[in-house]
Amino acid sequence: MHELSITQSLVDAVLNRTGERTVTAVNLRIGPLSGVLADAVRFCFDVAAAGTPLAGARLQIDEPRGRGRCRSCQDEFNLSDLILLCPCGSADVEVLSGRELMLMSVEVA
Amino acid sequence: MCTTCGCGDEAGTRISNLAGELQTPRQGHPHSHTDEHGRTYTHEHGHADGHHHAAAGTETIVLEQNLLAKNDLLAATNRGWLAGRGVRAFNVMSSPGAGKTTLLVRTLTELGGRLDAGVIEGDQETSLDADRIRATGRPVIQINTGAGCHLDADMLRHGLDALAPEPGSTVFIENVGNLVCPALFDLGETAKVVIVSVTEGDDKPQKYPHMFMAADLVIVNKSDLLPYVDFDVDACLRRIRQINSRAEFLTLSATTGEGLAAWYGWLDGAASQPAAPTSRTARSVPLTGSLTEAH
Repeated sequence: MHELSITQSLVDAVLNRTGERTVTAVNLRIGPLSGVLADAVRFCFDVAAAGTPLAGARLQIDEPRGRGRCRSCQDEFNLSDLILLCPCGSADVEVLSGRELMLMSVEVA
Repeated sequence: MCTTCGCGDEAGTRISNLAGELQTPRQGHPHSHTDEHGRTYTHEHGHADGHHHAAAGTETIVLEQNLLAKNDLLAATNRGWLAGRGVRAFNVMSSPGAGKTTLLVRTLTELGGRLDAGVIEGDQETSLDADRIRATGRPVIQINTGAGCHLDADMLRHGLDALAPEPGSTVFIENVGNLVCPALFDLGETAKVVIVSVTEGDDKPQKYPHMFMAADLVIVNKSDLLPYVDFDVDACLRRIRQINSRAEFLTLSATTGEGLAAWYGWLDGAASQPAAPTSRTARSVPLTGSLTEAH
């Protein structure tokens, strides 16, 4: 459950910028290869935000697809996990996207 | 809270001193770093251009920062602190019971004075592991994470403060036994060492890819039990290669001593590998040769 400590960091990072202002929405981007489960972050968010100006804020998580490019055949394909294997059989795959773990923006009243 | 493992409350983390006495939980301290460094990472300087107005009285503030930024920044600070003193720090990770402590105890005992080393032990509770290390005569700090499931860069910072390693020495960081969470938290270490024991199964790399992807060295431990279990060392190596093309790979038994010479050789070699671009400074060349002779 590292998601709770990461969500706590998220709340701290937001408060660091917004101070006492009421935060109405938080926008994240979490890729499927980041090692962090978006659902677990949603689960933790209300707990971490309680008692802060983020309490009740809408949490929006953009979950981009994982994409990889094979360095052998140059093919691009979707990645659903970190087993980096091209359909051609090569394991020499560059991860193009999916490892994002970003706090994108917040909306304040 | 300052990237403290959130699985429990912050006050749950306790750090021992060199004598093994538990210290008061750090309170509030983590936040002393936050403001001065926070700006570096949120450096969009962007109050002016980072703001734009959204509909109906709300304002959108663009942040675009990594959620692990605070931990990563503290890790970078640790990395610089270690490099400046020529101290090597190895983050040793595995599932519970894979043999981290046994390997460290044997290593410290066999290398004796040839390896100037201390240990930072991470466990949820008890100082049992630290007691085993202390029995070797080596300095050790115990960090109890309470309900926490991993060490983070801030905990290592406090551990290093308490351990106060000598310049040019080696620090083994024994992480909390867990193949999931510790993989995501950079501590600022020189290298990540992941141990998998043959009783766990050779499919561990696929089941916990983040951990094996992060590894610099993978050790297969308990090789003395290979005749009794269904563990294919080659298949394990193949699976690691699928997710990590650069990790080194060793098979050994911390109990019988089989294969330990290669581990000592790795420690020896890692002495001359730069952890960070500036970390070569105080490295002691005389280590070369001495460690491998120990076995």
